[in-house]
Amino acid sequence: MKSRRLEQGGRIDRTKPIGFAWDGKSLNGYQGDTLASALMASGQQILGRSFKYHRPRGIMSAGVEESGALVTIGKDSGAEPNIKATTQELFEGLEGFGQNAWPSVRYDLGAFNSLFSRFFAAGFYYKTFMGPKALFGRGTGFWMFCERLIRQAAGMGKASREPDPDCYDHAHAHCDVLVVGGGPAGLSAATTAARAGLDVLLVEQDFELGGDLLNQPESANRQRKKLIADAQGQGVRVMTRTTAFGLYDHGVAGLVERVGDHLPGISQNLPRQRFWIVRSSHIILATGAIERQIAFGNNDRPGVMTASAGRSYLNRFGILPGERIVIATNNDSAYQTATELEDAGAVVSLIDARENVDSELIGLLGGSNISLRIRAAPLSVKGMRCIKALEYTTATSQGWEHGGVEDCDLLLVSGGWSPVVNLLSHLGYKPVWNREQACFVAPETDSTVFMAGSSAAIWNHEDCLISGQSVGAGVSKLLGCSVRQKKAPKAGGWVGPIKPVYEVAVKGRQLKSLVDPQHDVTTDDIRLAHREGFVSVEHLKRYTTLGMATDGGKVGNVIGLALMAEALGKDIPDVGTTTFRPPYTPVSIGALRGRNVGEHFRPLRRTPMHDWNLEHGATMTMAGLWHRPWYFAQQDEGIEQAYIREAATVRETVGLCDVTSLGKIAIQGPDATEFLNRVYTNPFAKLPIGKARYGIMLRDDGIVMDDGTTWRFSETEYFMTTTTAHAAKVMAWLEELLQTRWQDLKVHVASVSEQWAGCAVAGPKSREVLMASLDNEDVLSNENLPFMGVVETQMVGGIPCRIARISFSGELAYEVYVPSDYGVSMMGLLWGQAKIVGGCLYGLEALGALRIEKGHVTGAELDGRVTIEDAGLGKMASPNKSYIGKSLKNRPELVREDRPRLVGIKPKDRSKTFHAGAILCKQDQVSGMGEGWVTAVTHSPALGHWIGLGFIAGGHEAWKDTTAIVADPLRKEDVAVEIVSPHMFDPTGERMHV
Amino acid sequence: MLRIACPFCGLRDHSEFAYGGDATVVYPALDAGEDAWHDAVFMRENVRGVQLETWHHVNGCRMWLIVERDTLTHEIVSVRPAHPEWANAITTETSLKGDT
Repeated sequence: MKSRRLEQGGRIDRTKPIGFAWDGKSLNGYQGDTLASALMASGQQILGRSFKYHRPRGIMSAGVEESGALVTIGKDSGAEPNIKATTQELFEGLEGFGQNAWPSVRYDLGAFNSLFSRFFAAGFYYKTFMGPKALFGRGTGFWMFCERLIRQAAGMGKASREPDPDCYDHAHAHCDVLVVGGGPAGLSAATTAARAGLDVLLVEQDFELGGDLLNQPESANRQRKKLIADAQGQGVRVMTRTTAFGLYDHGVAGLVERVGDHLPGISQNLPRQRFWIVRSSHIILATGAIERQIAFGNNDRPGVMTASAGRSYLNRFGILPGERIVIATNNDSAYQTATELEDAGAVVSLIDARENVDSELIGLLGGSNISLRIRAAPLSVKGMRCIKALEYTTATSQGWEHGGVEDCDLLLVSGGWSPVVNLLSHLGYKPVWNREQACFVAPETDSTVFMAGSSAAIWNHEDCLISGQSVGAGVSKLLGCSVRQKKAPKAGGWVGPIKPVYEVAVKGRQLKSLVDPQHDVTTDDIRLAHREGFVSVEHLKRYTTLGMATDGGKVGNVIGLALMAEALGKDIPDVGTTTFRPPYTPVSIGALRGRNVGEHFRPLRRTPMHDWNLEHGATMTMAGLWHRPWYFAQQDEGIEQAYIREAATVRETVGLCDVTSLGKIAIQGPDATEFLNRVYTNPFAKLPIGKARYGIMLRDDGIVMDDGTTWRFSETEYFMTTTTAHAAKVMAWLEELLQTRWQDLKVHVASVSEQWAGCAVAGPKSREVLMASLDNEDVLSNENLPFMGVVETQMVGGIPCRIARISFSGELAYEVYVPSDYGVSMMGLLWGQAKIVGGCLYGLEALGALRIEKGHVTGAELDGRVTIEDAGLGKMASPNKSYIGKSLKNRPELVREDRPRLVGIKPKDRSKTFHAGAILCKQDQVSGMGEGWVTAVTHSPALGHWIGLGFIAGGHEAWKDTTAIVADPLRKEDVAVEIVSPHMFDPTGERMHV
Repeated sequence: MLRIACPFCGLRDHSEFAYGGDATVVYPALDAGEDAWHDAVFMRENVRGVQLETWHHVNGCRMWLIVERDTLTHEIVSVRPAHPEWANAITTETSLKGDT
């Protein structure tokens, strides 16, 4: 292939040269070039090596269907592999690299593989490397071992292992009509719909509008400009460099906009790519068609391209792609290309597989030196690294026979056209086979998605324009505009019919004919799959990996289906088609994640006292979305010293803890009492005003949903607290019950989690501290506020507050809530007093230590598998009333005596520790699933050693005087433990009642 | 992505909603027996076609809605508030609008 840039012509700007590097070598191109066209103009032929056999590969197309010129762009952290050079815009300083070859794409030692290619047929790896069962278990072990080596030798480009330095963005758009494709059909459809008054968004994956008009001679440019001007004049919103990669339900489309892929360097101000979600009412697909290859010997050699690609490089990029060109076709579309290439100075010969060629076409060649040979098709390409000659066949009544050899440096092939129905397939439509046009076309669609132009198998430009106008008008009508609609043209448009040719072979000749060049799937592989019984298309695809490469089967699927149909003795439509799935072209993960990375991976919730906590030495941790104080280290304390000191201080004097993250729900209305009584397992009907009650709620299926306290303020008003973890779930649950199930109950629920800031004041001196922080300390006396009492009062300075005397730590303790804006003032008041009596601030770790000592459950225990009995709270299930979950909690499996029950765990050797998540086993049977598990572990300052909570079959009574083993196979630590009551500290609860 | 026309908020992405479940289930009385509750909680039709389901506009107005959806095509046939009083209120409001 002796390609060269022409002196004139094409859409490139010769006054704007662009310097770039290919495998380290400096080259030049022009503004308007793609990397592929610039490489072709520079005479580069071998751009990569194939996936399996390391066959040399060059440019095969001029678009998104490219299977040969897959390259890596950029270096180090900026390297992106498997980019199609045919769609990569050239920019100053671009660095491109060939892939899958060592030491270089021109001299690749891996090509050694191709000598053994007969061993590498479909399924070879799996069959060969399965290994003997006896040695490798179920037979996959040996494969796992070999796979690493094989993957080294096969493959595509390598992704960088460094963090992505680029930034990405998400954006949203709405429109009446989304038009995909900026060719003649798309532009005319968009203009028609916009003229009718609709809001139209047109997206085009190329960096220029015009579609196939870009590939035509200069004379087509006037029409192109007019179509664009019309669209702009009607207010069509146009996005170029934007691929609609997926269609979803209800008019939703996913787009990726390549904002900076054509710009040098990393922009400080622009994202590299933008992921758009478009919500449209109607969609018009004017996505064009992709020219097919034919399977013949060495049809993947550099210098074999689609005919339309040859035309594109000539007319769009001003390149003569070869000097001696053979064009092999089975349809009308290549004739124009032939004359244009000849006009540009090439020696051109045409071979057409058809028996007859229409006189109109022959007339087209009149006056030229183009030789035309009919009933002829390509058989095999000569030349190892590039094409030197073509051996062709002629058709006889017995099939193909050797015809002759013709020297050439470029072979252009047109095996027919496949309309791009991929996006429609995303919506679940199955394409249907059109026998006349030998292609899959869209089936009847519903009234929101329409096909226009060559994506509807309409082959000439005038009809494509009319098709666009017709579909544009049709959609406008559906959306209530009054417009005149032209009749839509029918599929077709060639003067003579296509002759389907999928594979050319001669009896007795061994050929390597590629069906899917990206995955090195050959025609023999398809037949092998058939012989081995993979007769369903879906199985064929998976066994041979046909169509599973980055092009998603754009090139090879139809040939593969045709060969399978032949092997089965069926018609193509009877074999079926595979489903195209998003994305249409590869989308970088970066674009999908957008800015949701690092700190922005998920939302962050901070309490009003966040900064106050930090100022007072808090180290924070995540609790769901919340940032909560973990511990408050003093001097050079680590977490362990800090939390043990904090927990001990709470038991000795007093501690303060930010508990704002607890869920808080206002429950109001005349039926609020009845509502709570149905939701909670324990009775709420007689909860007096001014009292709080600890409650458990179950799910419908009888498993514990959540626990918390509910405070009663009046006849009709309650204040519910939930666990931090389940706050959102409980809120949604209460709303569901009131709106869908108990619609007669007059109750209103509102989340007030954000409205109230909360602080736990716990320890023997908590009353003293809290009293000194109130306007009227009398409200807090043991008589006025007994255990579980609730009061609304004011802190010093008139800060409104609500206080409940409840305890999670097991000490005399209070929860104090103030309106969020007063959170910091509350902490200031309480901390001022707590300091005086030697109190401390404590975090989540000490909170955990205190509750584990007491055997109080939290999210770690209430994990959605636990019944109220399992949690040791069976006494809270009232036998005298009905409540959610009451029936189903008594299912036989849930009431078995040997179910895992909540227990306390103490190491036999008190100096030992163990870990949450470990399995509890019988002493003589440390294996399998064990008898239970550990949910929480802490060092207990009160007991002076490590303790834990967990669940074990039968509960602590079943394990009395029996040693269990905490088995931790990951850490290889087994610790002998005794199983005790979960109430390991102050089991009678005296300390809370002082 | 589905788009659900919330009667209170308008056409919104389904990511604003949380799926509830089968809207045709009639939950038995709280003191009903195990069998009745078992059927209500666990027995479900695997409908091919239009089914009634509950959705919660959890990142919106927080209303529970009854959505009539075709499981085959994802077509949404109708959306109404689960609570009949709200459904009535909306019907009244819409008809008032229609009068003016």
